[in-house]
Amino acid sequence: MSEWWTYTFSDFLLFSPRTYYRTIERYNGVVWPGHIATVGLGVAILALLGRPAAWRGRTVFTILATLWAWVAWAFLARRYAAINWAAVYFAWLFALQALLLILIGAIRGAVSFRPRRDTAGVLGIGLLVLSVGLYPMLAPILGRGWRQAEVFGMVPDPTAIATLGLLLLAEGSRRWILLVVPLIWCAVSGATLWAMGSPETWLLLLAAALVVGTRTSKVTTITAVSLPHG
Amino acid sequence: MEPAVPLSRRAMIGTLAASAAAAVLHPLSALVPTSPITKPIPSSGERLPIVGLGSWITFNVGDDPELRDECAAVMRAFFRNGGRMIDSSPMYGSAQAVIGHGLTQLDRPSALFSADKVWISSGSRGPHQIEESRAHWGIRRFDLLQVHNLLAWEDHLPALLRMKAAGRVRYVGITTSEGRRHEEIERIMATQPIDFVQVTYNVLDRQIETRILPLAQERGIAVIANRPFRQGELIREVERHQLPAWASEIGARNWAQFLLKFIVSHPAVTCAVPATSQVAHVVENMGAATGPLPDAVMRRRIAAHVAGL
Repeated sequence: MSEWWTYTFSDFLLFSPRTYYRTIERYNGVVWPGHIATVGLGVAILALLGRPAAWRGRTVFTILATLWAWVAWAFLARRYAAINWAAVYFAWLFALQALLLILIGAIRGAVSFRPRRDTAGVLGIGLLVLSVGLYPMLAPILGRGWRQAEVFGMVPDPTAIATLGLLLLAEGSRRWILLVVPLIWCAVSGATLWAMGSPETWLLLLAAALVVGTRTSKVTTITAVSLPHG
Repeated sequence: MEPAVPLSRRAMIGTLAASAAAAVLHPLSALVPTSPITKPIPSSGERLPIVGLGSWITFNVGDDPELRDECAAVMRAFFRNGGRMIDSSPMYGSAQAVIGHGLTQLDRPSALFSADKVWISSGSRGPHQIEESRAHWGIRRFDLLQVHNLLAWEDHLPALLRMKAAGRVRYVGITTSEGRRHEEIERIMATQPIDFVQVTYNVLDRQIETRILPLAQERGIAVIANRPFRQGELIREVERHQLPAWASEIGARNWAQFLLKFIVSHPAVTCAVPATSQVAHVVENMGAATGPLPDAVMRRRIAAHVAGL
């Protein structure tokens, strides 16, 4: 792309906000009542995190990988691709993340969780609760109605934020690998929402910034309370 | 009192017929818009209405049946108001398929002037992409094919010119937007036998007035003006102000017509391609193709007024 510096976010916006949110609305209509299942899985993840054990960690990663694969196929490849030709590439990216979650988290067990009360722990749980419990409420709060609600495990944004939250709670050197795709998605979707003038852009960018900031600085000055690993 | 002039039977019948016709036609004539002003394509003399229809963002509605029907309604209003040129690109997501849906609903209007683009970095895959685009539109051949944003133009342009020679497309062109690669555009305009050039032109983005528009006139190349409202941003900005009273001197009843009349009144500009998803807006836009157009003095006044807002 020549003269790339002359392009702005809005130059890459292919659709109107109305078209984007109606795409989500029509998708929600097709996959309902699957939302109950994905939110239930989100709650299950939160419950599993409370009691650390190796098998619980593997279960969390298996659930998460399944949801990333579902979002890749059901939303990105089958729905979003109708208005965004780049969505096919994003679908592959999400499929790659699902594969990495399975390989690194579920099969090799290279990343584990432990409850922590330091900054990372609080932020991690906060992002999880936000994405599973609060994110669907943004649509009605912002005047778009429940039909356009973005639900964890169904659409990319809350799924990516929840994953970032989870990885803040994780231990293991390989967790960095699992952060890459969610961070890329936060940048891509954040830019799209920015161009559309949607306030949710701040949540994505804030989540990404918090994760990067927390992980790159040693802010765990608050004493971490380590619980025994199972 | 003068005696009444007797009416002959033929005159009586004629008068009655004329009255009946007037009664029937009058309400209709109020609905049938004035024919739009046209300008010739320099390379052929074929005349085109000075306002066309773009499809960037507005027609990329995927497979949403409600939004597709809204786009078809926009196209219906466009053709009813004398419109001809619809412009799209493979880059615009589902816009080509949505245009095809609209054309099917409208029973393939014969007035259509189909303008599309080739947009792929591989020269060898250009023909395949063009064929896919044609299938989306559901037409026999395109009237105009352009190399989008000059992407791989060294490969695509010769292929398009061969297609033109073989009668598989009627006109060939190149495009850019927002002032990018103007030197290269000029070089191609000066050396290649293209029929059209599509560039950004509006009351605030006027870089092309110095070199590209004079070159187009000199070389006999039709000019399509894209981004006439800066993707709606310009309209939103000026609509906060009152339309000047003197806008009526050029027959502009709203800001859209005021801004469009500035663009299409340039002697080198053949047409502008505003995009919209609303019937009311397309009717407004087509209104810019009727009535008086600003002369050079009025054009300067328009530019100064908008710049001062």
